Amino acid sequence: MNSAIVWMIIGMGIVTYLPRLLPFLLLGGVELPSFWQGVLKNVPYAVLGALIIPDVFFIQDDLSFGVIGFAAAVITAWLGANVMIVVLAAVAALSLYSLFV
Amino acid sequence: METTWAAGKMAPFRQGVQAGATIAIGYMPIALAFGLLAKTTGLTFAETVLMSIVVFAGASQYIALSLLSAGTGVFEIVLTTFVLNIRHFLMSASLNEKAGPDALWKKALYAFGITDETFSVAAMKEGTINASYMFGLIAMAYGSWVVNSGIGYAAGAGLPESLQESMSIALYAMFIGLLVPALKKQRKIVWLAGLSALFNSIGTFAFHLSKGWSIVLATLLSAIIVQWLMKEGGNDDE
Repeated sequence: MNSAIVWMIIGMGIVTYLPRLLPFLLLGGVELPSFWQGVLKNVPYAVLGALIIPDVFFIQDDLSFGVIGFAAAVITAWLGANVMIVVLAAVAALSLYSLFV
Repeated sequence: METTWAAGKMAPFRQGVQAGATIAIGYMPIALAFGLLAKTTGLTFAETVLMSIVVFAGASQYIALSLLSAGTGVFEIVLTTFVLNIRHFLMSASLNEKAGPDALWKKALYAFGITDETFSVAAMKEGTINASYMFGLIAMAYGSWVVNSGIGYAAGAGLPESLQESMSIALYAMFIGLLVPALKKQRKIVWLAGLSALFNSIGTFAFHLSKGWSIVLATLLSAIIVQWLMKEGGNDDE
């Protein structure tokens, strides 16, 4: 193995692990003010919004790919399907679409 | 806390494994393609698998490859990785609020496995999360990531192109599948997700922020604004 690459991997590992670890160490026994507890409880929903949009529309050069996949996922999820079904439905919709383009 | 787990039919570890299956499938095309790209970038098999074992962060690993092939120095690659992963700080802080009472070393262990995907699944789970659940969830995600990176390299090929394209929606569909049921239940969640989607789009297109910063800022702004408005309105659901 090339030692520069190995050092790069170790460095990447450290800077990736630290942000994942530090909150558990720093906030472990700490009771935050209720406002900030509320903010942290809001984070998952806000993160999901940002993880989905706008990136979902740019998964392929063909914009309609993302739009169709997005629509298929939203519709199946809205109808109450579980997450695995939503994923399979979106993949199936795009497989079907790519047969016709 | 105990009653939460007693009420579930499955042991937490198995519950985690089951929840992680979706992530394992979603990671497959990305990890296979990563292995293949690492090979064309000139990494050895051992370096490729080592990177997936040690780093376990999809976007960072892809960027490292493209920076390597552009001749970027190691320090800059590590710095770029750090910026991209600051958002996990926010995710861990949020998960810490939801975590049950486990030994700190167990939390430190599962903290390693927090990705956009494992975080989203764990955060949307009802009730608290404990270490066994997290270990099950992460085992699936991590296993898929590491093994498929190796397979992608060894096979020298990803999935057939049309399947690869169709499967590029998988993780987004998973995020949608996690978010939509929550959106239907609470108006507040529509605001949280909608505002942060808007801010992230503005950050990306108008300010050309890097993905790392854009997601962090959009999330924080949205979470704080909504919390502040709810406090002003006096209908806090605490």
